[in-house]
Amino acid sequence: MNTSTNIFIPRDTASISMGGDEVAIKIEEIAQKEKKEVTIIRNGSWGMSWLEPLIEIEIEGHRVAYGPISETDVIDLFEADFLKGGSHPLKLGNTNDIAYLKNQQRWTFRRCGLIDPASIEDYIKNRGFSGLEIALQKGSSHILKELEKSGLRGRGGAGFPTAIKWQTVTNAEGDQKYIACNADEGDSGTFSDRILMESDPLALIEGMTIAGLTVGANKGYIYLRSEYPIAHEILASAIKTAKEHNWLGKDIQASGFDFEIDIHIGGGSYVCGEETAMLESLEGKAGMIRFKPPLPALEGLFGKPTVVNNVVTLASVPDIIDQGGSAYSAYGVNRSKGTLAFQLSGNVKQGGLVEIAFGITLRELIEKWGGGTASGKPVYAVQVGGPLGAYFPNSLLDTPLDYEAFAAKDGMVGHGGVVVFDDTADMAIQARFAMEFCSIESCGKCTPCRIGSIRGVEVIDRIINNENREKNMDLLNDLCETMIDGSLCAMGGMTPFPVKSALQYFPEDFKPEIK
Amino acid sequence: MIHKYDEKIALDIIHQVGAKPEMLVQILRAFVVKFSYISESAIRLIAKELNLSRAEIHGTVSFYHDFRTTKAGETVIKICQAEACQAMGSRQLTAHAEKVLGVKLHGTSENNAYSLEPIYCLGNCACSPAVMIDEKVYGKVDTKKFNQIVGFKE
Repeated sequence: MNTSTNIFIPRDTASISMGGDEVAIKIEEIAQKEKKEVTIIRNGSWGMSWLEPLIEIEIEGHRVAYGPISETDVIDLFEADFLKGGSHPLKLGNTNDIAYLKNQQRWTFRRCGLIDPASIEDYIKNRGFSGLEIALQKGSSHILKELEKSGLRGRGGAGFPTAIKWQTVTNAEGDQKYIACNADEGDSGTFSDRILMESDPLALIEGMTIAGLTVGANKGYIYLRSEYPIAHEILASAIKTAKEHNWLGKDIQASGFDFEIDIHIGGGSYVCGEETAMLESLEGKAGMIRFKPPLPALEGLFGKPTVVNNVVTLASVPDIIDQGGSAYSAYGVNRSKGTLAFQLSGNVKQGGLVEIAFGITLRELIEKWGGGTASGKPVYAVQVGGPLGAYFPNSLLDTPLDYEAFAAKDGMVGHGGVVVFDDTADMAIQARFAMEFCSIESCGKCTPCRIGSIRGVEVIDRIINNENREKNMDLLNDLCETMIDGSLCAMGGMTPFPVKSALQYFPEDFKPEIK
Repeated sequence: MIHKYDEKIALDIIHQVGAKPEMLVQILRAFVVKFSYISESAIRLIAKELNLSRAEIHGTVSFYHDFRTTKAGETVIKICQAEACQAMGSRQLTAHAEKVLGVKLHGTSENNAYSLEPIYCLGNCACSPAVMIDEKVYGKVDTKKFNQIVGFKE
């Protein structure tokens, strides 16, 4: 009989950043000393980042969680007999019963935390590659039909219907087509791509392969940001494993279909997350954005028809094919079908990943999951959708998370990042930062973005310093309109949204004499 | 491990990554990983091997934040300056780091021990503020934890 106890310790960035590696070493060391047989499995993260490192002990088929564990807690845990589920102040109970997780609707992230990302056996045991198997049997038109039924929209931020994009590439003429996965998750407050790649990398590989099969592409690229070294390591090893098991490479599962994936690492540029800048960067050049049209679907990478999708979009596809498009569209509201992995961060007590159907309100998310601010002070402002998203005041927190409902309030759901600020935040400084960030990251191709952002910082500085306030306010509003209407891409075109929302909802922060 | 610039190693890298213009960004990245920066000689060599002009290489190098053209300090400390970390005090943390390391953001200390760099999001936003030291990420870094993790490196 196997008497060894399985211990799960996530190897995702959040866990490691909070000492996960050191905890694993310490557990091994003490177990050896006390002659206890343990098997440490470095699983992915469940996304409950505030509890990282969250370790789990497998007891009679259940997983009992403890967290957050630091190196110095380990001795205590052994004294509390945690290998048998002993009680301890940091014991969280059965992982499946933790409300944060239990109340979610996991679809794309259902394997995250559950499996060892390095184990293809774990992946297959949990219905991995079932979608690809069906896709290989039924072919392109079936996949497109299911995708359309699912209502899946691009999860990178723009929310473009995935079925239409794939159909366009399928119909496009071309001797060579490509799948380009945008893993340049640069928006502050977003980390769902990272968690997916670090916790369930084969789902992305499977999704890309299905995309290739659908549109007739045999080559895929993952454009991964350099800030994600752990994701790189895990992805690279997953690609190797998938090839060894013939789920990638030549003649996949004797179907006659070939598909290869290469990883390209970015150079620390935010604008390379814009799809055309990303394509330029993939071609080895500076990430200057391209004028659209032509759309990348028709003339993308190296001028060839290209599917550009982000990580979560691609990783959502296998289960849509496996379970059917209608199973996915049963979740969600209006034109926002399915689930979105929201990411709670900033000044919030319980930051992490919450995958749930569209339609819940921002307030529910922040209060029910987030548990309010980390500082205990009132929620003052919430930025949704990354640095180009509007700052919402408390009075807008009842907005349902739905692409159109947010757009109606000049906000955006985007990539699902939710960054909370307490009342120590100064929104004039945040507005200034939005412009400053744009000036640092602008690719420089169009004037409203390149020059507008620099002028934006200067005008906001003058307003903060109370110089000619009225006129400078008019100037700032004018500048924002010019950037919105005149910029080539979302970088310059959306930078004004956080600025304008700060002006509209937090005018007192721009009046230092009143504060 | 950072190596001193060496033309033979550099050539090996170019050919290992692929001596094609489309691999330029990947080559530059590999150079930064190996040598910490892109030197003038490196630009000449890459231009020659890829049959591109030096101006083209320079244009690409100067576009990306990662591709520095001066030698980095022995320890590179990157503090996230983006919104989620701002909400948890990254501005104050940066000011503290500048003080204890005696170097401004974007700078390298006189003894070449530290380079202090801004970074915009490490994807560790739920454990903010986040700091990256060389390739390792640290979460929930307050001034005390900062001193501790930097102290380890001394």
